[in-house]
Amino acid sequence: MPAISYLYPAFELVRDESRCTACRLCERQCANGVHRYNAELGRMQADERACVACHRCVALCPTRALKVVRTNNALRPNANWSQDAVEEIYRQAESGGVLLSSMGNPNPFPVYWDHLLINASQVTNPSIDPLREPMETVTFLGKKSVDIRRGPDGRILPGGAPQLRLNVPVLFSAMSYGSISYNAHEALARAAQELGTYYNTGEGGLHRDLYRYGANTIVQVASGRFGVHPDYLNAGAAIEIKMGQGAKPGIGGHLPGNKIVGDISRTRMIPEGADAISPAPHHDIYPIEDLHQLVHSLKEASGYKKPVIVKVAAVHNVAAIASGVARSGADIIAIDGFRGGTGAAPTRIRDNVGIPVELALAAVDQRLREEGIRGQVSLVVGGSIRSSADVVKAIALGADAVYIATAALIALGCHLCRSCHLGRCNWGIATQREELVRRLDPEEGKRRLVNLVTAWKHEIEEMMGGMGINAIEALRGNRLMLRGIGLTQRELDILGVRHAGE
Amino acid sequence: MTIWTEGLDFQALGERIRHSQAQELELEGVLGQRYIGAGLRDKRLRIRGVPGNALGAYMDGAQLRVEGNAQDAVGDTMNDGEIVVEGSCGDALGYAMRGGSIFVRGDVGYRCGIHMKAYREKQPRIVIGGRAGSFLGEYQAGGRILVLGLGLEEEQPPVGAFPAMGQHGGAIFLRCRRPPQDLPAQVTAKPADGEELRWLQGDLRDFCQRFGLDPEPLLADEYWCLRPNTENPYQRLYTPY
Repeated sequence: MPAISYLYPAFELVRDESRCTACRLCERQCANGVHRYNAELGRMQADERACVACHRCVALCPTRALKVVRTNNALRPNANWSQDAVEEIYRQAESGGVLLSSMGNPNPFPVYWDHLLINASQVTNPSIDPLREPMETVTFLGKKSVDIRRGPDGRILPGGAPQLRLNVPVLFSAMSYGSISYNAHEALARAAQELGTYYNTGEGGLHRDLYRYGANTIVQVASGRFGVHPDYLNAGAAIEIKMGQGAKPGIGGHLPGNKIVGDISRTRMIPEGADAISPAPHHDIYPIEDLHQLVHSLKEASGYKKPVIVKVAAVHNVAAIASGVARSGADIIAIDGFRGGTGAAPTRIRDNVGIPVELALAAVDQRLREEGIRGQVSLVVGGSIRSSADVVKAIALGADAVYIATAALIALGCHLCRSCHLGRCNWGIATQREELVRRLDPEEGKRRLVNLVTAWKHEIEEMMGGMGINAIEALRGNRLMLRGIGLTQRELDILGVRHAGE
Repeated sequence: MTIWTEGLDFQALGERIRHSQAQELELEGVLGQRYIGAGLRDKRLRIRGVPGNALGAYMDGAQLRVEGNAQDAVGDTMNDGEIVVEGSCGDALGYAMRGGSIFVRGDVGYRCGIHMKAYREKQPRIVIGGRAGSFLGEYQAGGRILVLGLGLEEEQPPVGAFPAMGQHGGAIFLRCRRPPQDLPAQVTAKPADGEELRWLQGDLRDFCQRFGLDPEPLLADEYWCLRPNTENPYQRLYTPY
């Protein structure tokens, strides 16, 4: 490689020689091959060019001899030509390829959650202590019927559209088997079952051994239709049509052939080594009117027993799009913001396409209410929900529930090194290498996911109680419980909230 | 058993078909009802009239025969079974089809066989008697498509523009003297040969059998086979970092 293309490693491994015992554990743990033992010198050495800062070695070093630091090797500082911008040009000038990276948009765009503050009761109405008073966090997702039918005896007739029942308004969003490991999927499935919520297969089909978690599974249908057949459609509690993904709106997917091995191949039902390409659009849907066709073909194939979710990325006209989706017969709309994660996406798309989910949610909820069709659909939002406070703010802005994926992966050990696409995840999440996958114990993973969501549930109850609200229903779309801080009037108008102090 | 479909919307018709005890059904007066045979495992349906979009979507073993034309997305994500159409079909026939067979006596529209795929014993196939529109076999990942161009008898292939765009598996057979000129770089056209000829002959005989045609003169004709020329044509597109 020519000298021009040499890039100084982004991270440096600092090894405290006084602590290192050359036990070589770091060497065994690093799938990137950063560490090696130099027998002549009798000590460990590192080639940091392959280091992705996943912190596996740091976390496991028995003598705490290691740390990873951002290099201070720097180009001349330039506010316009950042080091990243320059280095990306070196890479592309060398390869001629589309830059590919993973996880959510890392750039410093505004995070509106951090500009919203939550209300609390003082004097005028009592706050509630969730530890001693009942708090309702159960949420039902699906079409809410406005007409109530009664039988001859005057009793209300059951029926109406199928619903998903969630104990807590948090679901695990779509991550395909292939983009993440079997053990990660199993941890999500077990956690969803224990929590009384749902996980989502993503577009890679459903592994045979996970059909037993079907009651807590959402099966996804994307444009590539991998692993989609009648058994699959009927295996889950709901069917999600993936129209778009926040990390890469407007483009399809490509799981490279080298990841289509063993059970991945069996589950996607494509030969080993074949590329799994998802076209950008569903080619049976061109105008939004056709969405009706796909929604109803899935309902026909699943006997009208399951709600159909339509997942769209948050883009500029998302309110109008959501209105169209609500009229397509879909039961639930999922909106994925531009900070949502991915197992691989072209960097330019990930970092420049789409809008923040906070604005999208506020616009969609407002539009559906103005049109009188808010009750026809439930809204689930995702795309970087980081804490229970984000959940409360999302629900107050109008969501029925939230989707989390990055947060769930972090609970499983993800250190956000943004290298999923390399397939060498040292934490056993975004990899298919058997020796790496084994590092993630599904039962321990389940325990951590259950802990996370349970902790969030307590915090949600605390915040609701503080506002004097004892049911999640009374928080939904209750924007009076929010105030903006450091926002322009235009931003406040779109979010439909007042400024703090007003 | 005959179902008179007049006045039945797709939902009511679907329910009648699903809950019928009879294994052989004749649907009379079909007028655009969508999703006929969606997800259906067994039963044989004979359809008179024009079925609507997504005929046989997700179908998993049933057999449909349409005595007339069909519309868009016939056999969408079909997993198994057989669809025979005596007339012509609209766009996106066999989209993401993974198994079973579709035989169309007439023409088909755009994007026929798009994202068709194969897996082990599941080797889907589409045979078109007439002409196919543009983007035939787009993103094809497996299975076989055969376009006969019956009655056209031109030198030119019986397909529209850009056949096999994005093809990365499977094979497309065209009955013609010259291969298409606008093939993408990762696709090669060669005269059908060896195992390709065996597939082709089997598919051709089955097609002729469905429509009472004599396969012999067709078997003697020239066929071009379009297949991807590398295993993973899109790998070199990316710069991971």
